[in-house]
Amino acid sequence: MFEKEKLESIRVSAKEYRERLEAQVKKRPERQAEFATDSGIEIKTLYTPEDIADLDYERDLGFPGSYPFTRGVQPNMYRGRLWTMRQYAGFGTAEETNARFRYLLEQGQTGLSVAFDLPTQIGYDSDHPLARGEVGKVGVAIDSLEDMETLFEGIPLDKVSTSMTINSPAAILLAMYIAVAEKQGVTPDKLNGTIQNDILKEYIARGTYIFPPGPSMRLITDVFAYCSKNVPNWNTISISGYHIREAGSTAVQEVAFTLADGIAYVQAAIDAGLNVDDFAPRLSFFFNAHLNFFEEIAKFRAARRLWAKIMKERFGAKNPRSWMLRFHTQTAGCSLTAQQPMVNIMRTAFEALSAVLGGTQSLHTNSYDEALALPSDESVLIALRTQQVIGYEIGVTDTVDPLGGSYYIESLTNEIEEKAMAYINKIDELGGAPEAIEFMQKEIKDSAYRYQMDIESGKKVVIGINKFQMEYEKPKNLLKVDPAVAERQTAKLQALKARRDNQKVKQVLNNLREAASTKENLMPLFIDAVKAYATLGEICDTLREVFGEYRQQIVF
Amino acid sequence: MSERPIRVLVAKPGLDGHDRGAKVIAQALRDAGMEVIYTGLRQTPEQIVEAALQEDVQVVGLSILSGAHMHLFPAVVEGLRAQGADDILVVGGGIIPDEDIPLLKEAGIAEIFGPGTPTTEIIRFIREEVAKRTQKGEGKQ
Repeated sequence: MFEKEKLESIRVSAKEYRERLEAQVKKRPERQAEFATDSGIEIKTLYTPEDIADLDYERDLGFPGSYPFTRGVQPNMYRGRLWTMRQYAGFGTAEETNARFRYLLEQGQTGLSVAFDLPTQIGYDSDHPLARGEVGKVGVAIDSLEDMETLFEGIPLDKVSTSMTINSPAAILLAMYIAVAEKQGVTPDKLNGTIQNDILKEYIARGTYIFPPGPSMRLITDVFAYCSKNVPNWNTISISGYHIREAGSTAVQEVAFTLADGIAYVQAAIDAGLNVDDFAPRLSFFFNAHLNFFEEIAKFRAARRLWAKIMKERFGAKNPRSWMLRFHTQTAGCSLTAQQPMVNIMRTAFEALSAVLGGTQSLHTNSYDEALALPSDESVLIALRTQQVIGYEIGVTDTVDPLGGSYYIESLTNEIEEKAMAYINKIDELGGAPEAIEFMQKEIKDSAYRYQMDIESGKKVVIGINKFQMEYEKPKNLLKVDPAVAERQTAKLQALKARRDNQKVKQVLNNLREAASTKENLMPLFIDAVKAYATLGEICDTLREVFGEYRQQIVF
Repeated sequence: MSERPIRVLVAKPGLDGHDRGAKVIAQALRDAGMEVIYTGLRQTPEQIVEAALQEDVQVVGLSILSGAHMHLFPAVVEGLRAQGADDILVVGGGIIPDEDIPLLKEAGIAEIFGPGTPTTEIIRFIREEVAKRTQKGEGKQ
């Protein structure tokens, strides 16, 4: 980037600067003996052209919308359209969640994001013994197509984009979505949205797995293949670092483990006979926006550049869309405090700003009361308004990648990419992500422990926890899920089972059982099954018979 | 009195997969000299009771973030009582609304540790409570 002679002259004056600096620090010691990012990358007092002397603009940064996409995936980024403001929501019954969706759309939200309760995520109906106490708690309870119809009642599916946080049974929930759309007269090619469908991070960090890795990867590649032909605008997977970070990883580990998972999915699809450019353009990603502001911005840029290289060089993808890392971001839930909860609004705002400066395609901002309960209507509104302030009031959206070229940001971007690549090489040596689950879990656990100990020693400051503590008012109007949800769901299930054509249900489940033990693509069978009102639990139980269940190795 | 280390079972009841807290606590207790067994995810109250008896622990630490605590925490205490193991100290943590805490204590959970609790506070509580229970146990004999 810099002329040789110029660089030499900078080196000389930098030496003088460092001498003055040393004298100053000797006289007056700095606040800390050392400064480092959350990933342990040492932070210098000052960054200069020396730190990015090897940077080649065209090779390493390029132009937005072009390889290697360091500066963003579109040529004009937010000057064209702002990111999609997408608040993750769902609780209780489909009726209640439908009301929250309509409320958010009225307030200017531009996309939907469905939270499912744990029984739904693990493929149990609401009347299953293991569902006791969990129905409708962390998301909406969906037992059958009937609930899904209610969830999207009055919401035209050709006009919204919908993201669904569903993994092990993702293919089945997508089948339900396609069936609901059909009832609205919307064909699959008009559908926009995302299913998370990322099982590897469930094994690593999030825990809602059902089946072992082999059949789980097959379900994922079935979705890739089906959607590339029938639902071309659907994001077939959201390869997620979010939960890896929430489980305690560093920023570098978040990038590394997420892209290692991505590599495993691409490889699995290629092994299943798919052409990389047929499915890779629909892969999407999901990252965390944590507190260490500049490291987070650099993280998003590094992830984009690294993925582009992986797709082009490792997998030989030819379509530029296959090289693009498009991502959703959510602010860090684990950075919120139950103490002085209003302070969380500020934390969330800075995190959201880092995601925007890092070029996110969509964003969820957490609500200030989320260390205490599910968000209320009031707190979720402030969270949405935070995004709107960033988007409309403070001018950060008027030019592309405004921090590009900053000595610090570029240096950090390089370091994060390098360190993430070293992890990916290590995971490759272990045989790839599916073989490295325990390795990643251990790395995450160690980072989480270090983070907690840094808080307890005071090395890391958390306002309200280890500094500036005070008496504070607890938020009122916390959302409480009606405990009668489980009974209502159970009653609905009983009525459904009495009303539907049970002979037909038996038949579609038998067809599914047979197909599951062959290599046939299961998506059409899921669509048949949900249309016959087979329940999610019945469908998953059928698969459990054929696939078996995953048993976790305890890493501790 | 013997100086055998305090034995603790850290358990994740219910379906929720968030075990960052459980693992951090488990490691902190271990670093404080306790013997710690971690159950892993998705344990039913019955499985937790069985593990507590089998491992002969003095303490069961339950962690839950999904909101199913009112159902699952008391079920563990009841299970232990039914097995005659009501001397085992049961503590809990996670996202637990304030208004639920008195009800959980009434149900036999000795203490609830919310977000932001230093691990040192949990260690101190466990040591004090176990010491009290050991003295009481010795007094009985």
